[in-house]
Amino acid sequence: MTSILFKNARIVDPVTQTDTEQDLLIVDGTIERLGPGLSSPDAEEVNLRGKTIVPGLCDMHVHFREPGFEHKEDIRSGSAAAAAGGFTAVACMPNTHPTIDTAAVVSFIFQKAQGLPVDVYPIAAITKDRKGESLAPLLELREAGAVGFSDDGSPLFNTKVLRIALEYASMLDVPIIQHAEDPNLFTGGAMNESIVSTELGLPSIPRLSEDAVVSRDIMFTAYVNGRYHLAHMSTSGAADAVRDAKARGLRVTAEITPHHFTLTDEAVRSFDSNFKMNPPLRTADDVRAMKEALRDGIADAIATDHAPHATFEKEVEFVYAPFGIIGLETAVGLAVTELLQENWLTLPQLIEKLSTNPRRILGLPELRIEEGMKANLTLLDLEAQWTVDVHRFKSKSRNSPFHGMTLTGKPVGIYNNGQLVLAD
Amino acid sequence: MSSLQINHLLGLQHVSHEDITLILDSTDTFLEILERPIKKVPTLQGKTVVNLFFENSTRTRISFELAERRLSADVVNFSASTSSVSKGETLLDTALNIEAMKVDIVVMRHSAAGAGHFLSTRCTSRFINAGDGAHEHPTQALLDMCTLRQKHGTLDGLNVCIMGDIAHSRVARSNIYGLLTMGANVAVCGPSSMMPYELERLRVRIFTNVEEALQFSDAVNVLRIQLERDAGANFPTLREYHNSFGITRQRLDRLGRDITVLHPGPINRGVEIESEVADGAYSVILPQVTNGVAIRMAVLYLIGTKAE
Repeated sequence: MTSILFKNARIVDPVTQTDTEQDLLIVDGTIERLGPGLSSPDAEEVNLRGKTIVPGLCDMHVHFREPGFEHKEDIRSGSAAAAAGGFTAVACMPNTHPTIDTAAVVSFIFQKAQGLPVDVYPIAAITKDRKGESLAPLLELREAGAVGFSDDGSPLFNTKVLRIALEYASMLDVPIIQHAEDPNLFTGGAMNESIVSTELGLPSIPRLSEDAVVSRDIMFTAYVNGRYHLAHMSTSGAADAVRDAKARGLRVTAEITPHHFTLTDEAVRSFDSNFKMNPPLRTADDVRAMKEALRDGIADAIATDHAPHATFEKEVEFVYAPFGIIGLETAVGLAVTELLQENWLTLPQLIEKLSTNPRRILGLPELRIEEGMKANLTLLDLEAQWTVDVHRFKSKSRNSPFHGMTLTGKPVGIYNNGQLVLAD
Repeated sequence: MSSLQINHLLGLQHVSHEDITLILDSTDTFLEILERPIKKVPTLQGKTVVNLFFENSTRTRISFELAERRLSADVVNFSASTSSVSKGETLLDTALNIEAMKVDIVVMRHSAAGAGHFLSTRCTSRFINAGDGAHEHPTQALLDMCTLRQKHGTLDGLNVCIMGDIAHSRVARSNIYGLLTMGANVAVCGPSSMMPYELERLRVRIFTNVEEALQFSDAVNVLRIQLERDAGANFPTLREYHNSFGITRQRLDRLGRDITVLHPGPINRGVEIESEVADGAYSVILPQVTNGVAIRMAVLYLIGTKAE
């Protein structure tokens, strides 16, 4: 029997609508007692005065690169990065090699993640090999444990396949997660189309490409009464479309990455490929629209789109660099700095976006900080100021545009699956 | 002579009026050298210049090489028609290896916008951009400005229109930035489908009617149409382009006044420019080529001899 006693923590739980300073006793991975002035002679005591305990955070959009690209990241290193970033759960995207489009690969992911303090849930491909042509065996993939379906990295563009996918997945109450982009408008684009791409002469990706596909997808979702989740929403136009869909009561949800509510395409003037991702960094108007979408509940979740690449892969000409940046170890700092401190969200609202809602979208068990519940917790220091140093990251990769930035709000650790992981 | 504020010539967007003036003024000295029987000075003796060309180019490379040799620099040419990525070695590795052989100046042409900018932040050599994707081609714009200054005396208040595919043109961008800095009034003219997004946010007039553009202009800089890429993709046919946007003798004569015609070459006779114009009295196309060598001598001299 192992027990841990967290003393003097502020406990915030949006589900039970708790915000009090209490002690929390965990015995064998379960919340045994909750209340003021607890003591337990056998327990390891951790004083969390000034710190906050929240339900375990969940990042519903990461790329852990295993199997196939383990030089960028693997399930073990990615999970270590997640734990360091305050996440107890992640959903990993299927653009691996081989693709997560068979039950065998789904099982492989679970097997690799077994015993880790971070729960790793596979998202399986919608179509075989993510080619957008014929459906992967969605029922079998769900049976094996897939929590959602996505061809992320590529859009599901063919309207016939889109319709069938939405219809078929609706049997499972699992979302179709879309990377919304029109491939006909993609001509080797490397950044957002704007005055900045015009000045730099870089090939560009118009906002229209995302707007048009999201609007179209919502029509299809309405028509077949499907469940649709928009990955990495980045444009004000897409936010308007989702706002409208929600007002109509459609089963449409959306996530936003920290970089899309923080950075603009002005950063690309440096030609630093750590500012290259897809969707690309948009304009200041879009950044504001993303914050408004979070505030108004149009965006349900904050997800990092953690996309590790080796330094030698990123250290090339901007147009040749692969898309993507890592995000797990900066998400909490960016969310606190940009959203909480600037009063776009309250703390309970922020925890909803980082834990409650992504878990709900993926059909994961609801977390509550209550006696008798499994202890799945994130420990935060909301006041800590720190400077991002990629060399201290647990991820195998270093491709973060936030290196050197000073942020407020830092994960202190996580507790999950009977394991306490404290940050360095 | 005073020295440049910039350490590298990566583009003209952030180059000051003083620096451009210094380069243009220095060019006059080198033009005089080009008229001598022995066109060689010892200015860069002992300096090594590498011409790193990742994209096909004949005239720009020859122009740079002549400029380098006439300044007595040691010259090495590196040509690779394919991108560094497809060769298996990264651009950075290529550059670091060449630099390890102790070179002083790298002149680079590359198909990727910002390639020179990227290397200049990681290497110690001085970089001169000989064209990077659709981003900038600063020595071309400098030679265009040099040619315009010769003919019109000043760039201040001069009305210059750049004609053609603005979206994909590094020549257009460098000319826009340089000319605006030097006080010219800049316009562009071409099919709407060849204008980059939000171009109106630059201080540039936009014409889609060639007659109106010519009315505005003291000089027009006619860009090359990329035959292999553009017809059918960015406009319907070459015939339609020529009829609607081609610079013809008839269109120029109708103005009833002088107008200067530049072209960065190589020209497509009968497409963006009529032969009669290219070879006629309005044209300064061959003086541009001569000025190109002098401009590159000036840039190499000013960059190569600037103190650390």
